[in-house]
This record gives sequence, structure tokens and C-alpha cells, in this order.
Amino acid sequence: MDLGSINPILLVASIMVSATPILLAAIGEMVVEKSGVLNLGVEGMMITGAVVGFAVAVNTGSPVLGFAAAALASAVLSLSFGVLTQVFLSNQVATGLGLTLVGLGLSALIGKPYEGMKSPTLPKLDIPLLGDLPVLGRMLFSHDIMVYLSLALVAAVWAFLKFTRAGLILRAVGESHDAAHALGYKVVRIRLMAIFFGGACAGLGGAYLSLVRVPQWTEGMTAGAGWIALAIVVFASWRAGRVLIGAYLFGGVTVLQLNLQAAGARVPVELLSTSPYLITILVLVLISARGIHGAPACLGRPFHASS
Amino acid sequence: MIRLEKRPQPSQLWTVLTPVLAVLLTMLVGGIMFAFLGTDPLEAIRTIFWDPLFNPQFAGFTRPQLLVKAGPLILIAIGLSIGFRAGIWNIGAEGQYIMGAICGAGAGLAFYPADSVLIFPLMILCGALGGFAWAMIPALLKVRFGTNEILVSLMLVYVAENLLASVASNLLRNPEGMGFPGSRNFKQWPAAHNAELISGTGMHWGVAFAFIAVILAYVLMSRHIQGFNIRLTGEAPRAARFAGVNPARIVILCLGISGALAGMAGLFEVTGPAGQISIDFNSGYGFTAIIVAFLGRLHPVGILLAGLLMALTYIGGELAQLMLGVPGAAIQLFQGMLLFFLLATDVFTNFRLSLGRKEPA
Repeated sequence: MDLGSINPILLVASIMVSATPILLAAIGEMVVEKSGVLNLGVEGMMITGAVVGFAVAVNTGSPVLGFAAAALASAVLSLSFGVLTQVFLSNQVATGLGLTLVGLGLSALIGKPYEGMKSPTLPKLDIPLLGDLPVLGRMLFSHDIMVYLSLALVAAVWAFLKFTRAGLILRAVGESHDAAHALGYKVVRIRLMAIFFGGACAGLGGAYLSLVRVPQWTEGMTAGAGWIALAIVVFASWRAGRVLIGAYLFGGVTVLQLNLQAAGARVPVELLSTSPYLITILVLVLISARGIHGAPACLGRPFHASS
Repeated sequence: MIRLEKRPQPSQLWTVLTPVLAVLLTMLVGGIMFAFLGTDPLEAIRTIFWDPLFNPQFAGFTRPQLLVKAGPLILIAIGLSIGFRAGIWNIGAEGQYIMGAICGAGAGLAFYPADSVLIFPLMILCGALGGFAWAMIPALLKVRFGTNEILVSLMLVYVAENLLASVASNLLRNPEGMGFPGSRNFKQWPAAHNAELISGTGMHWGVAFAFIAVILAYVLMSRHIQGFNIRLTGEAPRAARFAGVNPARIVILCLGISGALAGMAGLFEVTGPAGQISIDFNSGYGFTAIIVAFLGRLHPVGILLAGLLMALTYIGGELAQLMLGVPGAAIQLFQGMLLFFLLATDVFTNFRLSLGRKEPA
């Protein structure tokens, strides 16, 4: 095994790239869960975003349009979950699973003609001064815009939930929908908006996979990234800053195991490929062993104004 | 103005009606989807739902497939439904299915080429144990640490898939297979072959076990105290605790049953229809079984019917792929839509539409 072949600068740079899709999906899902809704369909929304983003980018030649279309498509798809759980009061776990199954089928159907194609990818930003720094420049300041956008989004969500009135209302709906309803807030409408936002974020994350990270379309390419995003929200105890840490941690594990595979580590390849999943389980156990802190009190509970 | 009004009791009529309505809605929307794909919708629906059973040309071949496909779906869905009733969400049945197949096949292959009637029962037992053990991971973690069983059981699916890829090309690889991945073919080893019991019907041991599971699950859920405890835990967890129901025991019971049944389903599949352990012998039955469980209203008899219907969409889907060139993914979407429409129409079970003005509170 040749550990010397792993370049630490490139390693950090690729961690940022590999963490971005999970980060986008996780921060969106965190907002959804903060409003008291458990959407298990992240995987389905991500893969729909991946295929729609890819298809639009290939057809228009514009990755930016691809990202926009991906966000829109996943958000619209997530609204089907929203209508079912909020208006028709269906079980959130079952509906989320249904959303994942629908998303996987839908994406396979749309993506068939695009298999093996290449898409235009996002250009790396050329940041003056910062990008020219000796080590940090390559590491942190030579990425595409979505990496920075995802970081900005985390900051924005943090500030929104902590400092704004709307954020306070969103949290109130998640903590006690009956109280929020009694105060005159439109619980269902607020939750639908949160679900829409979560869908758009998952779509962006999926599109980042198919347009930048891989960049290609293959069936089932998210390979559990949506579920890992769900686990990260639990890991983060529903806090924006910790979502960032969680996503970069998992990005790190993914990149490291790929690097170890490439360097020919004397560990079975299968064990290395399962490591992100095994570590997810391990982290979930460690977090839950401490007792779950910060879960919104109404998470996953249906709301009907009459009861 | 139309409002939803909560029913004092879930409607019996709608409980039965919603799956039928969901199927009709899926046919309708699915038909529109097929029209978009450039296929005649009526012909597509007929190819999926009618031809596999009644077409004089190929029904003779496709009809036995119905049981072959329904067997594992029903077996897995029965186990899942017991957990779902208790609010325990095992969505990693696919992983337990794979592990059951690996353990059962591995136990059998250890005795190759012995010829004894005991080998196949031993394989079934090991298959069940494999699935059981794999389900015990989320169960014990949930009981001991309160870890979310949804995420753990799902993560373990990916672990199981990687393990399957590993054993198919290393540990269980056919030594006479010229280096190709995949185990020995069980169809060529009568002691371990899950053959058709009645020729031409598709009836194999897995289907027989599925029927037995339906009956046992019915007895458990409606006649046995543990079944009552399971339902009570799902519907009123607090009441269950006051009644002295041990929640940890329910978690282990539910996940254990579903894991063992999924493991058996995997073993029957690998020794029968699939024939060998290969990288992709699993065809997503563990996930489709979730749809089957809900479509069957988490009731054993309902699951039996839902399993047959879902098997029909598999066979009809393959037929439509062959005859009409409908993409395979369209069927996957079709099955997903079925679950969605079921969940949507389910609102009428618990609520009724009321017209007119809202009365003052």
C-alpha cells in the first residue's frame, strides 16, 4: 500500500466536493424536520434532481439551468408528499418510502436515454487573491459555485431559524402544532413550504452528484446518499452548524475509502465500500446512546385542525 | 366548503375499498403515462393485468410465474406487516433477504456434493437464522441505545449488497465456474434444489411457506395475546406500557419475525427461481414487499391478495417490455404510484368529507 500517493491538498479539496450533495440534502431535510415533518423521501427527491438536472444540462448545454430545473422538479415532487401527508393525512413514514420508490422509478424512466452521455459541468471559480494562496488556495478556494452556495445556505438556514420571526414560527409549528394553530399560524401551509424547500435542496444535491461529482447519469447513482443525509440530521441534533460538520465528516469517509482503494490498501474493497454505511450506523448509535437531544416534539405526528 | 371530518371509528367499507380504488387510479394515471411513452394505454394495461393470466398464447407459461413471484413478496410482506402494526419500521428487508440467501446457501454448499434429505431443511433453517441475525442488529441497537431502526436497517441493505458481491466472487464462487462470479447452481444439485412441488404451477417450498405464514400471522394477530400486544403497542404505546407490555420484547419479536421470514424468502429464491448466488440475484423484492404490506392493509389475507396483484404487475411488466417495448422502469414507477394512491385514498378510511358550512365550535 502506498499512502504517499494520497495528496492531502487534493484530499481536502475532494472532501468538499463529495460532501456537498449530502450537505445540500441534509440542510433541506433539517428545515423540513424542524417544521415537524419527517420526509423519508430524500433519496427519491435527490435521484429525481440528479436525472432532471442532468437531462436539462445536456439538452440546453447550461449546467446552471440544470440545477434550477433539478431544484424545481424535486420540489414539485416533494409537494406530492406534502399534499398526501398534510392534506390527506397519510402516514409520513409510509409516504416518504413511497416517495423514494416513485423517485427511483421515475428517474430510471427519464434517465434511460441519457446513460453514458457526458454533461457540461460547472466551471471552477477563479477567485482572485484567495485562489492564489499557496496551499489553502487549492484546498478551499478553487471550487465551483455550488460548494460555496451550499455553505452559504447552511449559514442562511442557521440565521433564519435563530434570528428571524419566520424561523421562530417554523420552529413553533414543529415543537407544538396545536399551540401554533391556536395562535393562528397556518400549520399546514408552513409545513408545505418547508417541504417544498427541502425538496428543492435535495434536488440541488442530486444535480450536484450527476453534474459535478460523478459527472454522469447512472441508474440508482445516489446509492443511499439521501438516507445518509437523513442520518446526518439526527447526528446533527437538528442544528445547522452540526449538519455541516456531519456532512463533511461523511464526505471525508467517502473520499478516504476511495483513496485507500486506489492506493491498494490491504483491506477488502467490499469493506471499504461499506464503510460510509457502517460509520453512519456507528455514529447513529453513539448519538442515540447519549439520548436524542433536539428532536422537534411534533416530528412525524400528523396534524388535523379538528382533533 | 368541503372539509374533512374525523370518523369515530375507521370505516370498514373504505378499508376494503381503498386498495381497489388505488389500483383503478394507478391504471388511469399509469395509462396516461404509457400514452406519453407512445404506447396504446389500453393495450398496455391489458398486457400487464390480463394477458399474463388469460392470453391463450402465453398464459400457460406466465401463470405459474404468478406464484413464483408472489411467494417471496408475501413471505416478506407478512413479516413486515407485523412490525408496521407495532410502529416498528423495518425497511431493510432487502438486506435480510440477501443475508438469508447467503447464509442458507453457504450452509448447504458446505456439504456439497452430499446427498441427504436433511440438507434442504438445514438450509432453510440457516436462511431464516441469517435474516434473523441481520434484523437483530437494528433491533438490539434500538432496544439498547434507542437507535432509529429505519436508518440502521436501510444502511444494512447496502452492507448486505456489498457482502453479496464479495461472497459471489470469492467465498461461495463456483470452483468449477472458470473464475466467473456466482455460486454453484442449485438446480443441478437435487438435495438442495427448491424444485416445483406440483409441476406446471410454479408452486415451490417458498410459496408453501408463504401460505403457512399467512395463516400463522392471521392466528397471531387476531387470536394470540402477543398479536394483541403488538397492535396495542402500535395504536397506543402509552396504554401498552401501562398494560405491562415490554416494548423491547415487541421490537425484538417484530424485527425477528420479519428478518427470519425475509431470510427464508431469500433462501427459497436462491435455491429455486434464481438458482445460484450471484451479484444481482436479488431483484428488489424486499422493497416491493413494503408496497405489498400496505396494499394488503397490513392484514394477512389482504397481503395474500396484494402479493398476487404485485406479482402480476411484475410479470405483466416484463410482458409489456417484451411485446410493447415499455421500459422496465415504467413498471417500477407504476408500483410506486400504487402505494402513493393507496396512501392518498386511505384518508377516507379515517375521515369523511363533509359538505356545508363549518359549525361554530
